[in-house]
Amino acid sequence: MTDRALSVVRAGALTTVQDLGRPGHAHLGVPRAGALDEPAHRLANRLVGNPEPAAALETTLTGCAVRLRAATTVAVTGAACPVTVDGRPAPWGAPVRVPAGAVLDAGPAAHGLRSYLAFAGGVAAEPVLGSRATDLLSGLGPDPLADGAVLPLGPPHGPPAAVDAVPHPGPVAELVLPFLPGPRDDWFTAAGLRTLATGRFRVSAASNRIGLRTEGTPLERARDGELPSEGMPLGALQVPPNGLPVLFLHDHPTTGGYPVVGVVPERFLAPAAQAVPGTPVRFVRISRRPAPAAHSG
Amino acid sequence: MSADGARPLPLRPLPVGAHGLLIELDRAEDVEALHAELLRRTADGTLPAVREIVPAARTVFLDGLADPRGLIAELATWQIPPLTTGDRPAVELPIRYDGPDLADVAALWDVTPEDVVRLHSGTEFHVAFCGFAPGFGYLTGLPEALHVPRRDTPRTKVPVGSVGLAGPYTGVYPRSSPGGWQLIGSTDAALWDPRREPAALLAPGTRVRFVPQPAHRQVPGPAASGSDRTHREPAR
Repeated sequence: MTDRALSVVRAGALTTVQDLGRPGHAHLGVPRAGALDEPAHRLANRLVGNPEPAAALETTLTGCAVRLRAATTVAVTGAACPVTVDGRPAPWGAPVRVPAGAVLDAGPAAHGLRSYLAFAGGVAAEPVLGSRATDLLSGLGPDPLADGAVLPLGPPHGPPAAVDAVPHPGPVAELVLPFLPGPRDDWFTAAGLRTLATGRFRVSAASNRIGLRTEGTPLERARDGELPSEGMPLGALQVPPNGLPVLFLHDHPTTGGYPVVGVVPERFLAPAAQAVPGTPVRFVRISRRPAPAAHSG
Repeated sequence: MSADGARPLPLRPLPVGAHGLLIELDRAEDVEALHAELLRRTADGTLPAVREIVPAARTVFLDGLADPRGLIAELATWQIPPLTTGDRPAVELPIRYDGPDLADVAALWDVTPEDVVRLHSGTEFHVAFCGFAPGFGYLTGLPEALHVPRRDTPRTKVPVGSVGLAGPYTGVYPRSSPGGWQLIGSTDAALWDPRREPAALLAPGTRVRFVPQPAHRQVPGPAASGSDRTHREPAR
């Protein structure tokens, strides 16, 4: 059997194809998209011998199950979950050889939110603007998985690389989000900025791949109204009129008119992908690195 | 000031996160001039590596810079020529002036619907920036007297290809979506095709003209709530 493909047995709550996204098109209104927990995505690919940018599956809370048409090496990372192959337990966070015709099931997350399923050869869905990622804001890329859907797999790249140490992630007890203030922190009062840096927030159930919404004390504004639309970065803490910060994740709109009080640097974003609704959130103000000594600027 | 009118622009750079820079300018023309200069410097390799250059209404956002602070220092020294009409031909968009809000726009402009057609199709537009959806360009060019407010009640569904006005902008819906723009016409031009190179017909900086077509639609669009697709505009 040379038919390298997977068919979806159980799509789960929301399972999408993700790679490292399509940066470089924001000026056309195209979101970056791509895996929300990028380190977990890269790790899953390394475990099966893929280049890190290969396309994999990103699940949400309830996992998913797929049948492999040809024997395939797979790995599940990200949110910790029970893994089975045709009902028999298999390791999480390690390469697993799935025989032709067998079903790989990544179960509901024990803790965390999004698991990553990588397949040797990668998911070979049709790329759009150089990426196979599903973008839920603008609808680019493959549709979210549906029961019975079939996705092609690419040819395997060879044996997996040497062992990776895979730490088993614990639950996200508290989501700590360091942020650099600005560019529109002057739209908030001193009290509003204090609320952000010291207040207690929680992850809202209305969160998705576009943004992690929060519940808590609204930030007091120094001025009303909206800005003329301006470019929005990944990690922006945008504050809509209800005063509660929204952390922009990978499917965020490329421009927006609500003020951005601060920006969470990309390297701190992965835990946000794994924080379930209700998780306490703490925003910690950090400083930019001092200017190089030779420079007074 | 140099012979070609190049000058430093009054700009305010605001750091965004660790690797971003939001450059705020006073006027939309300055945004377009700075954006054109950034594209020139990208093309000739004199701009530091950058992942995104996103122009908007009063800002240009740069992301993925290794050293935003270094660029801030450099920006102050740039001599930026005023925006020229460009040497590339304008993209011509066929349009039927058959939109359901044409009469309302005519009333707001205090002219006849025929005059709306004449004034709008006689304007050379510029894609100031994109956003809202892939391939949606915000086109500037109408004088201030012809700026119109959004509709009081947005439509729940605006058909793909609808040409609308809002504030200083003209826009073409690249796909069906909710929207509050005043719809004056429709076009069959494929604004967005990710399999085409370039995917977006209307990238920032592109010049655009609307070319009136007879107000007759061979293939009726999908039924759209609040949109009267049978509305016919008088031939010119």
